[in-house]
Amino acid sequence: MSQDIYPKLKEIIKPYLPEDVNPDAISPESHLVTDLNINSTHLVDIVLDVEDAFDITIEDDELDKMETVNASISLIEQKLAMR
Amino acid sequence: MTKEEIVRKLPYTDPFLFVDTITEVSQKHITGEYTFDENLDFYKGHFVNFPITPGVILLECMQQIGLVSLGIYLLRDKDFDLKSNSTVAMVENEARFYKPVFPNEKVTVISDLEYFRFFKLKSKVKMLNEAGEIVCSGVFSGILKPGDAKS
Repeated sequence: MSQDIYPKLKEIIKPYLPEDVNPDAISPESHLVTDLNINSTHLVDIVLDVEDAFDITIEDDELDKMETVNASISLIEQKLAMR
Repeated sequence: MTKEEIVRKLPYTDPFLFVDTITEVSQKHITGEYTFDENLDFYKGHFVNFPITPGVILLECMQQIGLVSLGIYLLRDKDFDLKSNSTVAMVENEARFYKPVFPNEKVTVISDLEYFRFFKLKSKVKMLNEAGEIVCSGVFSGILKPGDAKS
Protein backbone atom coordinates (compact mmCIF):
# COMPACT_ATOMS: atom_id res chain seq x y z
CA MET A 1 0.00 0.00 0.00
CA SER A 2 2.88 2.37 0.77
CA GLN A 3 3.74 2.43 -2.96
CA ASP A 4 0.50 4.33 -3.52
CA ILE A 5 0.94 6.61 -0.54
CA TYR A 6 4.45 7.82 -1.34
CA PRO A 7 3.76 9.63 -4.65
CA LYS A 8 0.62 11.17 -3.22
CA LEU A 9 2.48 12.39 -0.15
CA LYS A 10 5.27 13.78 -2.30
CA GLU A 11 2.77 15.89 -4.23
CA ILE A 12 1.31 17.18 -0.95
CA ILE A 13 4.76 18.17 0.37
CA LYS A 14 6.01 19.88 -2.82
CA PRO A 15 4.15 23.23 -2.54
CA TYR A 16 5.44 23.72 1.01
CA LEU A 17 9.12 23.35 0.16
CA PRO A 18 11.20 26.50 0.54
CA GLU A 19 12.27 27.97 -2.81
CA ASP A 20 15.84 26.79 -2.39
CA VAL A 21 14.89 23.13 -1.89
CA ASN A 22 14.52 21.08 -5.07
CA PRO A 23 11.47 18.75 -5.12
CA ASP A 24 13.87 15.99 -6.22
CA ALA A 25 15.39 16.21 -2.75
CA ILE A 26 12.33 14.45 -1.32
CA SER A 27 13.13 10.84 -0.50
CA PRO A 28 11.54 8.30 1.85
CA GLU A 29 14.28 9.02 4.36
CA SER A 30 13.83 12.81 4.30
CA HIS A 31 13.22 14.54 7.59
CA LEU A 32 10.64 17.20 6.82
CA VAL A 33 12.13 19.85 9.07
CA THR A 34 15.87 19.21 9.11
CA ASP A 35 16.34 17.86 5.55
CA LEU A 36 13.63 19.64 3.62
CA ASN A 37 13.61 22.86 5.69
CA ILE A 38 9.84 22.86 6.04
CA ASN A 39 8.79 25.19 8.85
CA SER A 40 6.46 24.22 11.67
CA THR A 41 3.49 26.09 10.24
CA HIS A 42 3.79 24.35 6.88
CA LEU A 43 4.07 21.06 8.71
CA VAL A 44 0.57 21.75 10.00
CA ASP A 45 -0.59 22.53 6.45
CA ILE A 46 0.87 19.23 5.24
CA VAL A 47 -0.94 17.32 7.99
CA LEU A 48 -4.23 19.01 7.11
CA ASP A 49 -3.72 18.23 3.41
CA VAL A 50 -2.88 14.61 4.27
CA GLU A 51 -6.09 14.36 6.29
CA ASP A 52 -8.10 15.58 3.30
CA ALA A 53 -6.27 13.53 0.68
CA PHE A 54 -6.52 10.23 2.57
CA ASP A 55 -9.73 10.96 4.46
CA ILE A 56 -8.16 10.27 7.84
CA THR A 57 -7.83 12.18 11.11
CA ILE A 58 -4.48 12.80 12.72
CA GLU A 59 -4.66 13.63 16.40
CA ASP A 60 -2.97 16.67 17.86
CA ASP A 61 -0.41 14.57 19.73
CA GLU A 62 0.55 12.65 16.59
CA LEU A 63 2.35 15.49 14.83
CA ASP A 64 5.70 14.09 16.00
CA LYS A 65 4.90 10.84 14.17
CA MET A 66 5.21 12.72 10.90
CA GLU A 67 8.79 13.85 11.21
CA THR A 68 10.09 11.91 8.22
CA VAL A 69 8.50 10.85 4.94
CA ASN A 70 8.72 7.18 5.96
CA ALA A 71 7.22 7.83 9.39
CA SER A 72 4.37 9.75 7.74
CA ILE A 73 3.70 6.86 5.37
CA SER A 74 3.54 4.43 8.33
CA LEU A 75 1.14 6.69 10.19
CA ILE A 76 -1.08 7.06 7.11
CA GLU A 77 -1.06 3.27 6.57
CA GLN A 78 -1.97 2.72 10.19
CA LYS A 79 -4.84 5.23 9.95
CA LEU A 80 -6.14 3.70 6.71
CA ALA A 81 -6.08 0.23 8.29
CA MET A 82 -8.13 1.51 11.23
CA ARG A 83 -10.94 2.80 9.07
CA MET B 1 -12.91 33.76 30.83
CA THR B 2 -14.26 37.31 30.57
CA LYS B 3 -13.55 39.65 27.67
CA GLU B 4 -11.55 41.89 30.04
CA GLU B 5 -9.38 38.95 31.07
CA ILE B 6 -8.52 38.27 27.43
CA VAL B 7 -7.18 41.82 27.03
CA ARG B 8 -5.22 41.54 30.28
CA LYS B 9 -3.60 38.32 29.10
CA LEU B 10 -2.33 39.83 25.85
CA PRO B 11 1.48 39.87 25.77
CA TYR B 12 1.65 43.48 24.59
CA THR B 13 1.73 46.84 26.26
CA ASP B 14 2.12 50.48 25.34
CA PRO B 15 3.39 51.44 22.73
CA PHE B 16 2.44 48.21 20.97
CA LEU B 17 -0.93 47.18 22.34
CA PHE B 18 -3.59 47.71 19.68
CA VAL B 19 -6.65 46.32 21.46
CA ASP B 20 -9.00 48.46 23.59
CA THR B 21 -11.84 46.02 24.15
CA ILE B 22 -13.13 42.65 23.06
CA THR B 23 -16.84 42.95 22.32
CA GLU B 24 -17.83 39.40 21.34
CA VAL B 25 -16.12 36.05 21.64
CA SER B 26 -17.03 32.43 20.97
CA GLN B 27 -15.27 29.23 19.93
CA LYS B 28 -15.39 30.33 16.28
CA HIS B 29 -15.45 34.10 16.32
CA ILE B 30 -14.14 37.24 18.00
CA THR B 31 -14.67 40.96 17.59
CA GLY B 32 -12.79 43.80 19.20
CA GLU B 33 -12.20 47.53 18.95
CA TYR B 34 -9.32 49.93 18.96
CA THR B 35 -9.03 53.71 18.63
CA PHE B 36 -5.87 55.06 17.04
CA ASP B 37 -4.96 57.97 19.30
CA GLU B 38 -3.52 60.88 17.36
CA ASN B 39 -0.57 61.03 19.75
CA LEU B 40 0.75 57.60 18.73
CA ASP B 41 4.43 57.97 17.97
CA PHE B 42 4.43 56.61 14.42
CA TYR B 43 2.19 59.41 13.17
CA LYS B 44 5.21 61.73 13.52
CA GLY B 45 6.94 59.83 10.74
CA HIS B 46 4.17 58.30 8.61
CA PHE B 47 3.90 60.52 6.71
CA VAL B 48 5.63 63.89 7.04
CA ASN B 49 2.83 66.49 7.15
CA PHE B 50 0.23 63.76 6.51
CA PRO B 51 -0.37 61.42 9.46
CA ILE B 52 -2.00 58.17 8.41
CA THR B 53 -1.95 54.77 10.11
CA PRO B 54 0.69 52.49 8.58
CA GLY B 55 -0.63 49.31 6.95
CA VAL B 56 1.65 47.16 9.08
CA ILE B 57 0.06 48.64 12.20
CA LEU B 58 -3.41 47.79 10.85
CA LEU B 59 -2.23 44.21 10.27
CA GLU B 60 -0.81 44.11 13.80
CA CYS B 61 -4.12 45.32 15.25
CA MET B 62 -6.00 42.68 13.23
CA GLN B 63 -3.65 39.99 14.49
CA GLN B 64 -3.77 41.06 18.12
CA ILE B 65 -7.56 40.87 18.09
CA GLY B 66 -8.25 38.28 15.41
CA LEU B 67 -5.56 35.72 16.21
CA VAL B 68 -3.93 36.28 19.59
CA SER B 69 -7.04 37.29 21.56
CA LEU B 70 -9.03 34.45 19.99
CA GLY B 71 -6.21 32.00 20.73
CA ILE B 72 -6.08 33.09 24.37
CA TYR B 73 -9.80 32.41 24.63
CA LEU B 74 -9.58 29.02 22.91
CA LEU B 75 -6.76 27.93 25.23
CA ARG B 76 -8.39 29.40 28.36
CA ASP B 77 -8.40 26.05 30.18
CA LYS B 78 -4.82 25.19 29.29
CA ASP B 79 -1.73 26.31 31.10
CA PHE B 80 -0.37 28.76 28.55
CA ASP B 81 0.74 32.24 29.53
CA LEU B 82 2.04 34.39 26.70
CA LYS B 83 3.84 36.57 29.22
CA SER B 84 5.88 33.74 30.70
CA ASN B 85 5.79 30.23 29.25
CA SER B 86 4.94 30.56 25.56
CA THR B 87 5.14 32.92 22.60
CA VAL B 88 3.26 33.55 19.40
CA ALA B 89 4.52 34.23 15.91
CA MET B 90 2.76 35.53 12.85
CA VAL B 91 3.26 33.08 10.01
CA GLU B 92 1.06 34.13 7.11
CA ASN B 93 -1.05 37.04 6.10
CA GLU B 94 -2.73 37.69 2.85
CA ALA B 95 -4.44 41.02 3.09
CA ARG B 96 -5.95 43.71 0.95
CA PHE B 97 -6.35 47.32 1.99
CA TYR B 98 -9.36 49.35 0.91
CA LYS B 99 -9.52 52.54 3.01
CA PRO B 100 -7.07 54.68 4.95
CA VAL B 101 -7.29 54.99 8.74
CA PHE B 102 -6.57 58.48 10.04
CA PRO B 103 -5.57 59.57 13.57
CA ASN B 104 -8.39 59.25 16.15
CA GLU B 105 -10.37 56.77 14.05
CA LYS B 106 -11.94 53.84 15.85
CA VAL B 107 -11.86 50.48 14.12
CA THR B 108 -13.65 47.19 14.67
CA VAL B 109 -11.91 43.91 13.94
CA ILE B 110 -13.97 40.81 13.17
CA SER B 111 -12.36 37.40 12.99
CA ASP B 112 -13.92 34.09 11.91
CA LEU B 113 -11.89 31.02 12.74
CA GLU B 114 -10.99 28.64 9.94
CA TYR B 115 -9.10 26.20 12.13
CA PHE B 116 -6.99 25.90 15.23
CA ARG B 117 -4.93 22.73 15.02
CA PHE B 118 -1.49 21.75 16.25
CA PHE B 119 -1.16 25.26 17.73
CA LYS B 120 -1.68 26.95 14.37
CA LEU B 121 -4.58 29.35 14.26
CA LYS B 122 -5.92 30.42 10.87
CA SER B 123 -8.69 32.95 10.58
CA LYS B 124 -10.50 35.24 8.16
CA VAL B 125 -10.11 38.72 9.57
CA LYS B 126 -11.56 42.04 8.54
CA MET B 127 -11.28 45.56 9.88
CA LEU B 128 -14.14 48.05 9.62
CA ASN B 129 -14.12 51.80 10.22
CA GLU B 130 -16.82 53.64 12.14
CA ALA B 131 -18.88 54.05 8.98
CA GLY B 132 -18.91 50.25 8.71
CA GLU B 133 -16.73 50.28 5.60
CA ILE B 134 -14.13 47.55 5.16
CA VAL B 135 -10.66 48.99 5.70
CA CYS B 136 -8.71 45.80 5.30
CA SER B 137 -9.51 42.12 5.01
CA GLY B 138 -7.48 38.98 4.71
CA VAL B 139 -6.59 35.53 5.88
CA PHE B 140 -4.14 35.40 8.74
CA SER B 141 -2.39 32.68 10.61
CA GLY B 142 -0.18 32.50 13.62
CA ILE B 143 1.44 29.79 15.64
CA LEU B 144 1.82 29.26 19.36
CA LYS B 145 5.23 28.16 20.53
CA PRO B 146 5.41 26.68 23.99
CA GLY B 147 8.62 27.78 25.71
CA ASP B 148 10.28 31.17 25.37
CA ALA B 149 11.00 32.68 21.97
CA LYS B 150 14.60 31.52 21.80
CA SER B 151 14.01 27.84 22.51
